Amino acid sequence: MTEPRVLIVDDHQLFRAGVRAELEPLVEIAGEAGGVDEALDAIEARSPDVVLLDVHMPDGGGVEVIRRAATLPGASPCFLALSVSDAAEDVIAVIRAGARGYVTKNISGDELADAVRRVHEGDAVFSPRLAGFVLDAFAGPAPQPETELDALTAREREVLQHIARGYMYKEIALRLDISPKTVEAHVSSVLRKLQLSSRHELTRWAAERGLDL
Amino acid sequence: MTTSDASTGDLRRDREEGWIGGVAAGIARRFGIDVSLVRVAFVVATAAGGVGLAAYALGWLVIPAGDSRPARVRIRTGRAAVEVAVGTAFLLLAVLLTFRALGIWFSDAVVWPLVLIAGGGALIWRQSMGGSSAPAARDPARPEDPRTPPVDPRTAGAKSSATEAGRHAVAVRETTRAAVAISRTGLGIALVVAAGIVFLQATGALGAARDVLLAVIAAVVVLGVIFAPWVVRLIRSLTEERAERIRSQERAEVAAHLHDSVLQTLAMVQRSDNPAEVAALARRQERELRAWLAGRPAPGQSSRLASALEAAAAEVEEQHGVPVEVVVVGDRDLDQAHEAVVAAAREAMTNAAKFGGGSPVDVYAESDGQRTHVFVRDRGPGFDPGAVPADRRGVRESIVGRMRRHGGRARVTSEPGSGTEVELVLEARP
Repeated sequence: MTEPRVLIVDDHQLFRAGVRAELEPLVEIAGEAGGVDEALDAIEARSPDVVLLDVHMPDGGGVEVIRRAATLPGASPCFLALSVSDAAEDVIAVIRAGARGYVTKNISGDELADAVRRVHEGDAVFSPRLAGFVLDAFAGPAPQPETELDALTAREREVLQHIARGYMYKEIALRLDISPKTVEAHVSSVLRKLQLSSRHELTRWAAERGLDL
Repeated sequence: MTTSDASTGDLRRDREEGWIGGVAAGIARRFGIDVSLVRVAFVVATAAGGVGLAAYALGWLVIPAGDSRPARVRIRTGRAAVEVAVGTAFLLLAVLLTFRALGIWFSDAVVWPLVLIAGGGALIWRQSMGGSSAPAARDPARPEDPRTPPVDPRTAGAKSSATEAGRHAVAVRETTRAAVAISRTGLGIALVVAAGIVFLQATGALGAARDVLLAVIAAVVVLGVIFAPWVVRLIRSLTEERAERIRSQERAEVAAHLHDSVLQTLAMVQRSDNPAEVAALARRQERELRAWLAGRPAPGQSSRLASALEAAAAEVEEQHGVPVEVVVVGDRDLDQAHEAVVAAAREAMTNAAKFGGGSPVDVYAESDGQRTHVFVRDRGPGFDPGAVPADRRGVRESIVGRMRRHGGRARVTSEPGSGTEVELVLEARP
């Protein structure tokens, strides 16, 4: 698999420059964009594989970029949210919009490059904090478990707990005696549940932010 | 007002040109005749037994609204406005007379005054709330236009077009607007007063006491209709003022907090030339700011598990300069046993920071009210638990022993080369 081409979207020029400097030796940089419209133009013009997306930007932020990018013909990049915020409503909004992962800005360059590659290969990327948030949102039995999407399986919980405890996928595979591919499958399945579940906590957060789900 | 573009085609209601539902205007446009003729026909048909009214209602229901032309702001000026008013009045009169003839009627003493009140009230309200600058003339001290407050965004769209139209009309009639405003308000008041008089007159046959009571009620209604707009405006401006006051208070509070915390830290960062110290300052500030943003109490004054663990992590981080990342799922109040859990976790964090070779420390805690689970993990060199050096005995005492004393358990997992994890478990006693 070739190196993914990455578009960096953030309204802070200094931050873009920093990310570019850290990522440049590790992956191919397709370009930068400083706003929602600019990002959409860049996605259309350069068709990157992965878009590193800031959540808080003027004119709708990352959620708006993902939503409008879906209407563009042709290009369909993966989105990895990269934000300074770890507030639950920001995480849920961007994941439900369709981002494949959410990492906070204090992540190291190597970890970020690794996350980019994993998203590009179709996996989901959960930081420990995001894993903790998902466990929190799905904690306990759903009041009315309408679908199986509203609950996590025991194995999925176990995998998420290990992510929250700071283990890498490979270490989790070793500890649970399963293959790394299986770990990735569990994580992707959790992401799908997060995007599709009708659990009222998720819907409420989305409703408060005025999202169409 | 009649447009001459004979763009015919389908029969559609013309809401641009119409007075009520645009039925007459739509018909006129479709067949290329003057709209006044259609309207007169409707009025005559209405007067002659109500057929026109029924036909109009049917047309309104059946004929779809047309949007064949780009939306255009309709400006009625001078004569046109009077024509519209008089026309509408006649139409209404015709409808009422029809109802009266048909016997759907209360009494002359109720209906006529009500009609007059409605007409006069509408004039006064329109004058006071909508498209004229009379309030500005009365209230020159107020700098901004009181009719365009920072409105609720949900209604802003609808309001702005109306205000636009009003503004334009005002510009057209710059010189006569004051006179128009006064005459409109005067006419409105006259209509409302007349309504009161008609009402009293019609009920004059009743007893004197009842007359007085009715007179008082009528007077109250009259005064209410006249003064309500001003009262409403007064209330509205008071509400605005209060909202503004709350906003500025909140701003002051945020400013005070940022001043005490973030600005203070930034000043210290600028004075420091020790990178480790700067990093520690930044981490502590970040932690505090996040707690504040999330509405949690500041670390240190915590009676909940999550904030107590965060406080412990912050202290360890500061003492040893190693980042400690805390993720908590669920939360609970701290009792004595859980205070012991926090103390043991703190000890484990200290060890991880000391012997973890500077790697970040991950803390994960989970509590569902029954069971509390805490993991403290580093990615340091690790050690062989089988060959525990003597200096670790105290550590084991303060973690494993402490947990056991409070009815919980602790387990230390470590392997040379893959870091160390301390697991603390406490089950609630039934």
